[in-house]
Amino acid sequence: MTRFARLDPVALLALPAILYLAVVYGVPLAGLLARSFVVDGAFSLSAFVAFFSDGFSWTVIGNTIRIAAGVTLVCLLIGYPTALALARAKGAAQALILVAIILPLSVGVVVKAFAWQIVLRRDGVISQALIFLGIWDEPQRLLFTEAGLVLGAANVFVPFMILPIYSVLKLIDPRLTEAAATLGASPLQRFFTVALPLTLPGLVTGVAFVFSMATSMYVVPSLLIGDRFQTLATLTGRSFLFMRNEQLGSTTAVVLLVLSVAVVVASAALSRRFGGET
Amino acid sequence: MTLIERFASVLVWTLAAFTVVFLLTPLAVTVAVSFGSSAVFTLPAPSFSLRWYEAMGRSRDLWPAVATSLQLAVVSTLIALVLGTLAAIGLLRGRFPGRGAAVTFLVSPLMLPGLVLGIAMLEAFRGAGLRSVWASLILAHVVITLPYVVRTVYASLSLFDFTLIDAARILGLSYPKAVVKVMVPSLAPAFVTSGMFAFLASMDNYPISIFFTNAWTKTLPIQMLQYVEESPDPMIAAVSSLLILLAMLVLLVGDRLVGLRRMADL
Repeated sequence: MTRFARLDPVALLALPAILYLAVVYGVPLAGLLARSFVVDGAFSLSAFVAFFSDGFSWTVIGNTIRIAAGVTLVCLLIGYPTALALARAKGAAQALILVAIILPLSVGVVVKAFAWQIVLRRDGVISQALIFLGIWDEPQRLLFTEAGLVLGAANVFVPFMILPIYSVLKLIDPRLTEAAATLGASPLQRFFTVALPLTLPGLVTGVAFVFSMATSMYVVPSLLIGDRFQTLATLTGRSFLFMRNEQLGSTTAVVLLVLSVAVVVASAALSRRFGGET
Repeated sequence: MTLIERFASVLVWTLAAFTVVFLLTPLAVTVAVSFGSSAVFTLPAPSFSLRWYEAMGRSRDLWPAVATSLQLAVVSTLIALVLGTLAAIGLLRGRFPGRGAAVTFLVSPLMLPGLVLGIAMLEAFRGAGLRSVWASLILAHVVITLPYVVRTVYASLSLFDFTLIDAARILGLSYPKAVVKVMVPSLAPAFVTSGMFAFLASMDNYPISIFFTNAWTKTLPIQMLQYVEESPDPMIAAVSSLLILLAMLVLLVGDRLVGLRRMADL
């Protein structure tokens, strides 16, 4: 009996979607990859050699990773406690936190990036708040700075940090920490030896989500930092849309693709090691 | 409660409160600016005004873009719901080699950079001689909406007890009727949630659409970004406020039908 003779007819239901994505998404991606290794009709690594031997490319790669790491760190610092609070909250507090996460998630990124242009201005809300708190002496512009970009991007991506952590926290049996307390563990010990390890799969997923989205964001940096600061994604977009340099664009696209796939694969492996399902 | 415990608890709630304010700030600022009279985004606004809403009503580029985006989102979500539901059933119930890989493949477009997908599809469509803006946009948007449906319906279906269908048939229902009466209602929340997020993802998409739109056919995010870059004025805040209102309505309906907590299960 061959494999195909045993093929379940129900499995055929999945065929249209798989074929669709294979043709419209799989083949084009493979084509993009394949073409990046072809220069003047022959196999060649020269596009990548040229890219990686250019100092500017390394500035761009550095920018991309620095910004993505900053965004991920901010999201983790405010996202983890928020997930903890959401898991413990009840009633109105819980509803408020949920709305604050899901509503911005449902509003487009152009809308939010535009709003951050206003928030980060010299006379914007943040500048006003920091002066009110006495942290700044005079108004300063955060728009078109790296700090402003990190803040705006963290705002867009923090729900993707909170939700995976929350979904793991929800499943933790509260009796586990009680048991640890009964056995004499201090609150800090309980957190670091019981709660934190159990939430690691969610944490890894959240970090991977946010990091890979922050490396590939295009609209947010276009509006919050402008053309003088290039990341892999903005350089890819600009090469195709404005510079008409499709060779460079394909090369940076492949570098970006490899970076995201590496993050996804690494996070899946890590999360499996920490006992998660994904 | 020990001192450390109390301190940790205060810290958690303070940071959570900060996050809530942080998350809602851009939305609040947008709405505040849209109702202000100032053309330079001054906050608090000198006086209340509806002039940006009037400007929006008069805009000639905006409404075609809204229409394009709505049609595109509805069509691509419907296609995704059909293809995605069939795929979820096939993958969960069917037995064939490489099932896990197939699930990962169907969800993978969500994990890759949109720009890269856009470029890959642009080159492929061009190579295949596809010139129609509409066909390209729909083909490309189904790639983004399909993973949402597959992911959510697959997860929901894996909790569904298929023996219930057998039970319904024993009680005298025909097979199609049993599916409609038993399986469809229990999957309804998954349809609502994934349909909503797929719709919003399509409405919001910029990095893929940008490669397929042209001067005559633009989607809303592309038209809006163009406004912001060329002539930033609070009219965009008025448009944004309407989109925020739309999101609130969608969530309200979602909450009624499914409940916010279930929608938070990514």
